[in-house]
Amino acid sequence: MSTVLIIFFILSAVTLATAFLTVFTKNPIHSAIYLVLCFFSVAGHYLLFNAQFLAVVHVIVYSGAIMILFLFTVMLMNLNKEDEVHKPRTTRLAAGIIFILTCLVLLAIFIQTKPIVGPYDDTGVDYQSIKVLGNVLLNEYMVPFEFASVLLLVGMIGAVLLSKREKTEKK
Amino acid sequence: MDQAIILEKSIFIFTIFAITMLAAMYSTWAERKVAAWLQDRIGPNRAGPLGLLQPLADGMKLFSKEEFLPNTPNKFLFVAGPAISMSVALMTSAVIPWGDKLIIGGRTVILQATDINIGVLYVFGVLSVGVYGIMIGGWASNNKFSLMSAMRAASQMISYEVAMGMSLIALLMMSGDLSLKTISEQQAEWHWNVLYQPLGFIIFLVCSFAETNRTPFDLAECEAELIGGYHTEYSSMRMGFYLFAEYASMFISSTILAVLYFGAYNYPGMAWAVEHWGVNAANGIGIAVLFIKICAFIFFFMWVRWTIPRFRYDQLMRLGWQGLIPLAIANIFITGVIILWHDGKLF
Amino acid sequence: MSVQTMSLSGRKKEVSNKKMTFWESLYLVAIVKGLFITIGHLFTRKVTVKYPEEVRTRAGIWRGQHMLKRDEQGRENCTACGLCALSCPAEAITMTAAERKPDEKHLYREEKYASVYEINMLRCIFCGLCEEACPKDAIYLTESKVLVPASYDREDFIFGKDKLVMPLEMAMANAKNRQN
Repeated sequence: MSTVLIIFFILSAVTLATAFLTVFTKNPIHSAIYLVLCFFSVAGHYLLFNAQFLAVVHVIVYSGAIMILFLFTVMLMNLNKEDEVHKPRTTRLAAGIIFILTCLVLLAIFIQTKPIVGPYDDTGVDYQSIKVLGNVLLNEYMVPFEFASVLLLVGMIGAVLLSKREKTEKK
Repeated sequence: MDQAIILEKSIFIFTIFAITMLAAMYSTWAERKVAAWLQDRIGPNRAGPLGLLQPLADGMKLFSKEEFLPNTPNKFLFVAGPAISMSVALMTSAVIPWGDKLIIGGRTVILQATDINIGVLYVFGVLSVGVYGIMIGGWASNNKFSLMSAMRAASQMISYEVAMGMSLIALLMMSGDLSLKTISEQQAEWHWNVLYQPLGFIIFLVCSFAETNRTPFDLAECEAELIGGYHTEYSSMRMGFYLFAEYASMFISSTILAVLYFGAYNYPGMAWAVEHWGVNAANGIGIAVLFIKICAFIFFFMWVRWTIPRFRYDQLMRLGWQGLIPLAIANIFITGVIILWHDGKLF
Repeated sequence: MSVQTMSLSGRKKEVSNKKMTFWESLYLVAIVKGLFITIGHLFTRKVTVKYPEEVRTRAGIWRGQHMLKRDEQGRENCTACGLCALSCPAEAITMTAAERKPDEKHLYREEKYASVYEINMLRCIFCGLCEEACPKDAIYLTESKVLVPASYDREDFIFGKDKLVMPLEMAMANAKNRQN
């Protein structure tokens, strides 16, 4: 077994274990911390693909920004078991049905897939360099890139609007 | 050959580690000395000549203190907090070029632990993880005041990370590369980035003050008034780790400031020195020059600390979001226009 | 002159709540100004006195540890009248009087003397009222030029005659000086 394979197995085990723990832990803060660990191990997977840029950006964005804000809210909300909102039965039923459907779709996809066996194309371009990456993003994938930025802008405006409305209501 | 590289890198990493620890240790001594000098006092002068053994005495004291564990349900996280802070503070030094190269016994030794081509991003990734040490420690203390000041520290660090990243983008637009090695090579002789990016440098400097939780942005700790903020419940060497991590990260951010904006190991006349005195001598001077720059920045950090009172929380947030971020965006815009104009692509 | 415009110190400044401009709200200019003030202090004379090695000069009337004086012939002045104990605002002084035996004439000047004389240094406030009250010139705070030393036990702060009475050599030296 090669070193990469061993690392892959360890990383996968960590990823899966922390992902399951995220779901099953009772304490919301512990589950958030498990999610952080999960993200780190996913960054490790990226590193195995030799995608350093992606790995580091993943750490910065997910572990460094989003999860910290998440932890922030969870810590301040002081979620306890007592004040957990009781969910109505219809919601639970809907959630269950959606979960089963998603599982079916995923299973169908996995059954349909065929592993592609073949050599990788050697383009001779170093996709680790931000120059190349920037060129690709802003030439080849211009439209999706811009769409993503519009999406982020909408999200930002939404956040601002939400926080503003609360202020006027209080007055 | 392979083993030689491993040996060389291990020795190098060990040296960097030792230097970082030593620098952090003596930063505590320097902090007290500088504070004393700026206040017309002498400072520690009893432990050894000039008080040079003071850090050892402090360390001995911290080690011999009782290790108090508060009644918290999260004992593991309580211990993990300072550990994360400390390891994160020491991780950054992996990508920093401490010098160009030395030739030892016919082998070219690159004075950098690893040259990954996303060096700057790596530094940012590690910095953003550093917040966890504070947050987890503050939360696991099971003390609402610790939690609140951990929140303050974390929100401050997140806010200033944004402005820090934006101020760096302008620099990266000029360098066109994320590798710290390349960035330092581009600043050969007198082409230091601070001359091309003065505004970006100031923003980066202010943000690094906020990132290291130092005055005027130390309101998360307020050493005297809030009994240490997020490390209120910590004692003995666990608290020592938090304090030590603060000084280690001060050393590291001084290094990054020197590497990114003040020409790293470059000094005017380096090419001449390589030609006349040989590679080793020229690079030896280069390493010394880098350390002089780092020391100057550390002194600056301390100088500011003993000059400025701390900001109020709303002032801190206003400065970050309404002052530095717009300035950083303006800086990006101006830099872009100038680059295009320089390339003749503007009109 | 109205109260609003008056300034006794000449350094009065009007407080204003004017809104800061964008540039001012960055605090950069103010910070640079402050930095120049502090760096100036780096080069000023340090005021620290390295105490045990180097003692700051004290005034001639500086009041330190008490001293029970002897006269030129080396006899104790104190007659145990108790006026010092009476005048002491901190009630730090106690004493026991005794009658002088004929063979002790060279030791005590008066017929009555203090066989025990104790000052509790934890109570004493070094005001010097005992010195003023003494009719026999027996107790002085300005003579010893000694700080009352620190100690670990409360008992150690009750100073008896062994610590308070002027040493004989000092009395001899004084007498010699008087003759010259």
